[in-house]
Amino acid sequence: MFESAGIATVALVSMIEVASRMHPPRALYCDFPLGRPLGRPDDPEFQHRVLADGFGLLASATEPTLVRFPESLDDEVDVPLTCPMPARMDPSLPPAVDEMRGLRRAFDRAASGGVRTALDPDEVEAALFAFDRVVAGTPWAEAGIPDNPLTAALAIRAYYEQAAAGLSDHVPAARSAETWFAATTAAGALMHAALDELRAQKAPQPFWFYILPVSQHRA
Amino acid sequence: MGADHDMRATMATLPVPELDRVPFAVAPRLADASVAIVTTAGLHTAEDDRFGLLDPAFRVLPHGQSDLRMSHNSQNFDRSGIMLDRNVVYPVDRLDELATAGVIGRVSPNHFSFMGAQQDLSTILSDTGPQVAKLLRDQGTDVVLLTPV
Repeated sequence: MFESAGIATVALVSMIEVASRMHPPRALYCDFPLGRPLGRPDDPEFQHRVLADGFGLLASATEPTLVRFPESLDDEVDVPLTCPMPARMDPSLPPAVDEMRGLRRAFDRAASGGVRTALDPDEVEAALFAFDRVVAGTPWAEAGIPDNPLTAALAIRAYYEQAAAGLSDHVPAARSAETWFAATTAAGALMHAALDELRAQKAPQPFWFYILPVSQHRA
Repeated sequence: MGADHDMRATMATLPVPELDRVPFAVAPRLADASVAIVTTAGLHTAEDDRFGLLDPAFRVLPHGQSDLRMSHNSQNFDRSGIMLDRNVVYPVDRLDELATAGVIGRVSPNHFSFMGAQQDLSTILSDTGPQVAKLLRDQGTDVVLLTPV
């Protein structure tokens, strides 16, 4: 629709099988981690090389053209980020809520050059309390989950990834912060338990299947 | 092989829109072009409404607005990169550098974000997509960089 309006497009595509069936006018396939179409955060030189190859198609392509960027980058889903974790402060709280409160300074320390989650910490805390009730056996529709289980789960995960960005002294490999959250934190453990319980309670499939990234599901 | 390899294998099995004809615009000289970004990362300003579940609408991202938020609904991509450096998805600082160097003509006044991971594309194809095309044309954009996540 942009091309029909006379606007030339350059797409940095991440799914070569999809792109090859849709024939975008000018596409650069970047075999990079999903969520990082320019490849490397905080690496302007690398990002400029990607843009140069993409914009180069404006001069060279005379029909739908799909070319591959010469370098590939992999995610590191099997290598959880190492982050210093807060000590348990209030034993009266569910562990995930106590942990989440302890990560607040890291969450607030977001990089000025980055994009923050739109979801605020109060919602995250409410969501953790609600999932804790679900795991304790409260029917999911009566547990006070803000909005819906999927959105609430995304709020929790995004809070932790933003906190990880504040805790890490280097750019994390793609998905290593996701694995840190899902595999090593109290909130991740809560979400695994909530997934099992929501499924057992026969919640709608998207409301349990998507509360953790598919890459983090246990067999 | 990582998680993204598995995601790509799954996505490769899904149906995609079949287009009878692929429109192909005449590309301008890059050094004369006004360039905008259109992303599917679910970005918006702090004042904007978040993207709802399967929200087919778009948000306007004024160039120079650096306080951005993400409310994409999909779990299945990395967020830590964009949380450290917006340019890994939304390369506005790189476009500024290219404009300063004279590689591109200029950066357009506004960029646009949709949210990916849609199931029904009909609203985007018939309504919100053409609206963005008109806004791009009205602001003089010649070239769009598409950055899906």
